[in-house]
This record gives sequence, C-alpha cells and structure tokens, in this order.
Amino acid sequence: MSFDVTHLEVPVPQVDELFIAWWEATRDHQFLVQRCTKCNGTQHYPRAICTGCGSTDALCFISATGNGTLYSFSEVLRPAHPSLRAPYVVALVRIEEGPLVLTQIVGAASNDLQCDQRVYLKWLSLDDGRALPVFTITSEFDEYSHFRTHNGG
Amino acid sequence: MTSGTGSRRSGAPLAAIVGVAESDLGTTQKSILELQTQAVHRALADAGLSIADVDGLFTNGAARFSATQVAEYMGIRPHWTDSTMAGGSSYEIFIAHAAEAIRSGVIDVALICYGSNQRSLRSRRLDGVVDTHLPDGQFEAPYGPLSPISLYAMAAQRHMHEFGTTSSQLAEVAVAAREWALLNPVAFRFGAGPLTSEDVATSPMISSPLHSYDCCLVTDGGGAVVMTSVEHARDLKNVPVHVIGHGEASTNATMSQIPSLVSTGAVDSGMRAFNMAGVRPAEIDVVQVYDSFTITVLLTLEALGFCPQGEAGRFLEDGRGRPGGSFPLNTSGGGLSYCHPGMFGIFLAIEAVRQLRGTCGDRQVPGAELAVAHGTGGVLSTHATLVLAVER
Repeated sequence: MSFDVTHLEVPVPQVDELFIAWWEATRDHQFLVQRCTKCNGTQHYPRAICTGCGSTDALCFISATGNGTLYSFSEVLRPAHPSLRAPYVVALVRIEEGPLVLTQIVGAASNDLQCDQRVYLKWLSLDDGRALPVFTITSEFDEYSHFRTHNGG
Repeated sequence: MTSGTGSRRSGAPLAAIVGVAESDLGTTQKSILELQTQAVHRALADAGLSIADVDGLFTNGAARFSATQVAEYMGIRPHWTDSTMAGGSSYEIFIAHAAEAIRSGVIDVALICYGSNQRSLRSRRLDGVVDTHLPDGQFEAPYGPLSPISLYAMAAQRHMHEFGTTSSQLAEVAVAAREWALLNPVAFRFGAGPLTSEDVATSPMISSPLHSYDCCLVTDGGGAVVMTSVEHARDLKNVPVHVIGHGEASTNATMSQIPSLVSTGAVDSGMRAFNMAGVRPAEIDVVQVYDSFTITVLLTLEALGFCPQGEAGRFLEDGRGRPGGSFPLNTSGGGLSYCHPGMFGIFLAIEAVRQLRGTCGDRQVPGAELAVAHGTGGVLSTHATLVLAVER
C-alpha cells in the first residue's frame, strides 16, 4: 500500500512545561500514557492529578502498544489552519490502554473507514526531532514523509 | 405532550421571569455593549422595571471582566455578579443561578444579558480559539479538528453507526427549524422560503457527515432576561413565568475527554431539572433545545428523555417537530434559522417565556403551560436544563 501524505503539514505548539515529558518521548516514538499506581486507572493527556482517584503522587508513565479502535471520525473539508490541506480525517481513537485520543487517520479515505475498526499507531516526524502520533487502518505501512512544523501555530 | 392543570406539579416556583427581549439581530454594525444595552432597555420596559432596580447581573462574553464592564457601562451597581463561561449553556446556568440568588433573598432583581456582533465583525473562526498552552492546544489542535464542528460531526457519525440514524433524519431538524422561522418575523431566514431535506444534502460538506445546513447561523444579536421573586412578580404587569426546575452538568473541555459521543451530560442536567420540577418529559408542552448542529438536537432530545436513546431521528422524521406537529420544537426557528450570535442559550429562554405567555403570534403553541429550555456549550461540554411554567 502506498499513499502520499506529504500534503499534511501540521501546526504543532511549543511545549508547555507540564507536557515536556510526553513530547520528549515522541522523539523515540513512545506514546506515553499515565497510569495510577493506586487505582490502576489510565489517562491521557498527562496531568498532575489522577482523574480516577484524585492521587497526586501515584502517577507513572507507561508506553502505549499503539493498537486502538476507531471510536468515530470526520472528514474535514475546510481546513482549520492554513497549513493544513483539506480533506483530512480527524478521529477519536480508543487506545488499548483505555484513554480516548484525538488524532488523524492517514492513508485512508473516509469512505474506507468504519467505527469500531482496528487502527494502528504511526508517527509523523517533525523537523525539530519530535514526532506526531497518527493512526492508520493497516499495520504494515511505515513509510512516512517528513513534516514541517509550525511552532506556535 | 398533554395539556393539564396546574395541580400536576409538585415543584414549587423558585423565582419568576418577568421581562424578556432581543436586540436587533442579523448584521447590525453595532458593538457588543450597544446590542446588550438595546436588549436590556427593552427587557426592563417589558418587565415594567428600571435599571435602578437591578441588583444582580449575569453576563459573559463582553470582556475579560464581563459583568463588571457591563455594570459600569449601564450604570448598575450590582451586589451579585456572575460571568460563568460555559458557552451555549451559560444563559440557562445564569437563569438557574439567578433563581437561587433570588430565592435566598440576596438579590431582588436579576438582569441576565448577552450580546455579540460576530457577523458584523466576521470574527468566527472555523478552528475556534486555541490556547497553545492548554491541553487542546497541545494534544488536539495539531490535528486540525474544526472546533466545535468536528466533535459534533463525530457524534453524528457515531450515532449513525450505533443507531442507523440517517442524514435525512438529521436534515429534518433543520427543515423543521426553517418552517418555524418562516413564522417569526425577526428570524434571519424569515422570508427565505422553506428548506428541503435535499437542500441540506446538497449543501457543502463541512466536516462529514455535517453539511453547512446542518450547522447553525452566524449572526449578531443580543438578548436580555429580567427575573425577580415570585412575590415581587405579582405586582408587575406581565404574567410571570416561573422557574420550577434546573439542572447543570459539565463533562469535558477537550474533545478526547468526552465520556460518550451518544449519551451527553444532558442526561444528568435533565434528570436534576425534571426531579426538581416534579414533572415528566411527556408533560412538557413546548421544547427549546440548543441546535448548534442538527445532531445536537437529536442527542439532547434523547438525553432529556423525550424519546429513547438512539430513536430521535425516527422520532422526528414524521414532522412532529414542525409547526402544527405534536412536538413543538425550537419554535423561534432556532440557531439554524432564527439567529445565532454565538451563545444562543438566552434566546432559548426568551422563546420559552414568550410561548408560556402566549404572545408568539403565528407560531404560538396553543395553551402551552410547561416549557423546557436546554443549553449545550462547547464540544458537548456543558449542559443546562430549565423547566419553566406558567399558571393560568
């Protein structure tokens, strides 16, 4: 399977202090998820408190497997940002560890998608060495173009 | 929907709505504060009260210090202010908070007001407002969801997947809203002629499966609501409309944190409001629910218990929500065809009050005694339900 995703340029924000660890791990293609060692709950995005039990001293990071199911999706016809070229598919993916993640599905048209199908984590390289997690509907594909970042959007 | 007697309610009235008004709507070239002033002047005149009577002020969206700014501009010295920012449900929340402040005796006359000139300013952005230091800026904005449209689009997609809802069932919400707007002389689409399901289906897709006619208008407009105690209201000229129940829920700020795309926080806010009012959904005579998008209405009708979960598309497809139908819905023409100046919640309450007073002219629902106004804000984030009643 081959497809062109070079049209996808994404505005990526400057990292906020609270989220540095998460963004730094993307350099190694690690999708970090917080797990609470007290209640065993998981959460994403990372924060200073467990939303399951309120603990502030029991959160650790685990690395997501990258497997998920497609909760829902929408093909965007009018780009949200001048650097994004429509159409593109935004999606909510339920990752295996539990949390729901807002992302894009790349390499597939929305007509090929169905809610509840399996999806797989892929990484888009950003020009500052970080990477942006997206999902595909096939586990084989791993050829990705380089993506220019637009810091601060 | 049944009409009945006043004895069916167990909920005691908390406070009374005694004045309502809109400002000019559409494209006004007026400032936010001018539009607010116009609405406030009209609503106080409607109530037979003056600006000097106001001791509680509830408003947002005008400034960083919204209540403070509006109070200064209008020469009000309030001793109770509230600038809760919950998007489209803010004004149902304000009415509920005002009712409780009045009931407790802290204030006597509450002024709830709103204004926006977003159409004149052309200030509405498809990606919404992104703060890059916040979670949605860090983890969601890079993917380019239209905010809030794409979240509602994903809810529609999921609703179709789980329940077999169709695009034409979604379109019926917009078609019915247009029918009502044709009966409302101040509606943006008054005189625009009927809308068909085909018109909706062939309008440009914005964020699938939502077309442009599945999305609300972008207009200017302001609104104001004046409230006082049940006792004080007896001395005023209008038939008072009582707040008999309210409920509020906040579920998520960012898209990914939504607990469910098909069961919203309106389940919780509605249950609280109906329980407080002591009424059941089937007893409500006229329903005003936020129609930011067609799917919002389906989700909200299900959540509030007007029909079972997953059934709202089939519930409305016989046209029962249109004028003359058995389920009068969004009788102003709604955000889809009447006006949508950003936070539509205040207009839901204004229309509900007018229906209960019996002053809606061609679009009047005969004998309406019980109404629901329900606001939805953000990305299915905030939900607030009011049950309103009039005694005849």
